[in-house]
Amino acid sequence: MKTTMIMLFLALVSWGARAQHDHSNMGSSGNSQSKMETKMKEQPRVIPSLKVNHSLSVTSILDNYLALKDALVEDNSKKAASSGKMLLDALGKFDLSGQPESKQKELKDILDDAKENAEHISKNGDKMDHQREHLEILGSDLKDLIVITGSDRTLYQLFCPMYNNNKGGKWLSTSDKIKNPFYGSKMLKCGRVLVEITAK
Amino acid sequence: MVVVLVGIQFLPTRSNQTMELLSADFVLVYKVPEKMGRVLHTSCYNCHSNNTDYPWYSKVQPVGWVLENHINNGKAELNLSEFGSYSVRKQKSKLKSMANQIEKDEMPLSSYTFIHHEARLSAESKKAIVDYLNALQDSL
Repeated sequence: MKTTMIMLFLALVSWGARAQHDHSNMGSSGNSQSKMETKMKEQPRVIPSLKVNHSLSVTSILDNYLALKDALVEDNSKKAASSGKMLLDALGKFDLSGQPESKQKELKDILDDAKENAEHISKNGDKMDHQREHLEILGSDLKDLIVITGSDRTLYQLFCPMYNNNKGGKWLSTSDKIKNPFYGSKMLKCGRVLVEITAK
Repeated sequence: MVVVLVGIQFLPTRSNQTMELLSADFVLVYKVPEKMGRVLHTSCYNCHSNNTDYPWYSKVQPVGWVLENHINNGKAELNLSEFGSYSVRKQKSKLKSMANQIEKDEMPLSSYTFIHHEARLSAESKKAIVDYLNALQDSL
């Protein structure tokens, strides 16, 4: 029993290390690896889950944020700029009056900040690094937004520990598969799932 | 041509200076250490606050208009005189962007430091500011 526990612990540690450093392509395949993977299947990974209300109020905001995020995954700064502009419009159209009064001040702060970040992205079609800095702030803004407003889809908050001089950066995606928008093709697989956000 | 150049000297420009007490001022609100406050004033405040320390040639047109436009853009992006009135969320975002811009040598603008040598940041003061801004952001 004790040995099994140790094995499980090792498997978990090794998985965690692999999840973060997949981009290094260590290629440590072999028998022991596959044994560990079998163990992993027996022990489903535990990802914290956050339940939010189901709401259609943020559909176009999320659509455009996700398009923007995907454009930066593809290293396409021009597309990111046009999605940023569409996100800016969608944020401007959000109807605050439909939200509880006690939350309106906070929502307004979130929307104002998100708008500034979307605007920067839209105006910097020639500076992808700069667009990525603002995508990082946007990710937190929109996560905080849907915690209050609810969401129309399941989202994952993902985390790249290396971004911004190892201070890390978060983003949202509809998939728990890592496709890093802060590094794009340079380091597509860097990151891990922080939380699953489900809309009920 | 000469007539035009002389003529435009008499058109009014709006001066970016205020005497009011700036209770929302970045340096006051965060009790920024004196030495760092001085660096910020020299390297950032001319374009990112309600008080510009104008050089003599700002009175010469069209240079003055270029400066006015430049300052208006700078203030729209970040106004250190009004920093304390920003929402906490916006303050955090701005602190993050300030640290990034300084770290990547995007700010102060090279076109500005080209004329204002004194606004250039030494490697030492650059690191001190970036560390300070990051720590401040974490504390909010």
